[in-house]
Amino acid sequence: MTAFVNHFLFEFRTGIRDKQLLLMNYLFPLGVYLLLGFIFPQINPPFLETMIPAMVMFALIAATLLGMPDPLVSARESGIFRSYKINGIPAASILAIPALTTMLHLAVVATIITVSAALLFDARLPVNWGGFVLVFLASSFALAGLSLLIGVISSSTRMTVLWSQLIFLPSMLLGGVMMPTSILPQSVGRISLILPPAHAMNAFNALAMGGEALSNPWGGIVVLLFGGILAVGLAVYLFNWDRHNATQRGHPLLALLALTPYVASIFLLG
Amino acid sequence: MNNAVIVVKDFRKSYGDVVAVDGISFDVKRGEIFGLLGPNGAGKTSTLESLEGLRAPDGGSLRVAGVDPSSDPRKLRNVIGVQLQTSGLPESITVDEAMRFFSAYHGVDPRMDLVERLGLEEKRSAQYHQLSTGQKRRLALALALAHEPTVLFLDEPTAGLDVATRVELHNMMREQREAGATILLATHDMAEAEELSDRIAILLRGKLVAMGSPMDITATGAGLTKVSVRTKTSSLATPGVEFPAVGQRSASDEYQIYFSTDIGPTIAAIIAYIEAQQDVLIDLRVERPSLEDRFLEITTAGEPK
Repeated sequence: MTAFVNHFLFEFRTGIRDKQLLLMNYLFPLGVYLLLGFIFPQINPPFLETMIPAMVMFALIAATLLGMPDPLVSARESGIFRSYKINGIPAASILAIPALTTMLHLAVVATIITVSAALLFDARLPVNWGGFVLVFLASSFALAGLSLLIGVISSSTRMTVLWSQLIFLPSMLLGGVMMPTSILPQSVGRISLILPPAHAMNAFNALAMGGEALSNPWGGIVVLLFGGILAVGLAVYLFNWDRHNATQRGHPLLALLALTPYVASIFLLG
Repeated sequence: MNNAVIVVKDFRKSYGDVVAVDGISFDVKRGEIFGLLGPNGAGKTSTLESLEGLRAPDGGSLRVAGVDPSSDPRKLRNVIGVQLQTSGLPESITVDEAMRFFSAYHGVDPRMDLVERLGLEEKRSAQYHQLSTGQKRRLALALALAHEPTVLFLDEPTAGLDVATRVELHNMMREQREAGATILLATHDMAEAEELSDRIAILLRGKLVAMGSPMDITATGAGLTKVSVRTKTSSLATPGVEFPAVGQRSASDEYQIYFSTDIGPTIAAIIAYIEAQQDVLIDLRVERPSLEDRFLEITTAGEPK
């Protein structure tokens, strides 16, 4: 237990000490939030209705997809995992602790956004705080799982950028973060369910903000949780201690299985 | 009584078609410093990594303190300490955090005394990337020793260190040996291997080509002893002067250098010649072949037998 706590505290501090992680965990999402907060409501006043969940979702996407995979690849490439293996640090801790510390940083950022958005921009607060926390936890778990998987399967930091952007950019455009999914054509709206943020934003809207659901929000929560479990399981299975290790347990393309719940949701919830 | 702590028997390791280690066998006794030498690609790293449990052997058997590294890694981690050649630590971890972090996973109290002993007391709050190469190596050694392992694997432990730090690390290795630890030392530094090792194994292209004490290994070479002589009027430089048992000769600065298979007759004849020429002997040095000479002789000789 002491070892886990020590590891957790070190990783948590790294999330602030490391310039890249500080940028992805705090500076980038909070900077974009402030920028949009001052500009968007002037152009599009209804943005204030969904500003808090949208900006929390943006922070989640940035910190997980853009922040988490690179340190995993760098640590593997520089031999840090080899040293961990020799000293008995379990693979489960190597994967779980960065995910948990990122979720904790995100909780801090979400609190800052929620409190300040109401005060600074008069943004609409959630009407159901329990639902807000539940959606936050489910979506951060799902995105952290996918980010771990990207870090595990990427052969280099360049590849993490490619994989991360494959989810990040469509999520920004079609996931309901920058614009409501309701304004998208129906077919595009259905296809957007392949993206975790689409389920998360729908659930935020229906379960926390008192808005209307475009698809079953509880089904979305189940998809996010199941997707998270599958991604974490695949990350543990495909985890490699070092790049020279010839005994890889599975092909990296197996990681695509993590998208199964999201693909299924297009047919079941769309 | 067999007191071997590390036992390597018919060990083989391949990567695809490349045979990295081809059926080597050796053992290391308790309280021994065992040097593992060889040029790049000789199979040292594969051997070390397999003993550390990082790789599974393709054939043969390995035992470290009675533990099979590939099948019992949990047990292995508490009996071995490893100072890796590469960093092995996150850039942002501080010296203090690293000691607490690794000690906690080994279930022991952090050994801040080792941090102090290795001259890192003032760097306890410094992050890993802020440390010099020497400080990084000292930290790696402190972490390897923190849980008091019975077997230490040291990979190029003093590469890039200044003389004082190197001496301090050598003293620590000797202390560990006195305390009963067994040390497997992989190094390219022949002087270090000769000075510290009780026994040495030389690997070449995956095969073990020489093993024994540094003295044994140097004694089994071509046996040429270097005799360097300097005189007042350089009478030895006269062309055509020859001495018994001299295989090769050369000159460097004001010294005449002879490589002798039997130094007794050679030196006696040199001194007699100098006296006969009414010259004056200024300096005479006799150097037995070093481990480095022997290593080069072995590794440049071609295929191992």
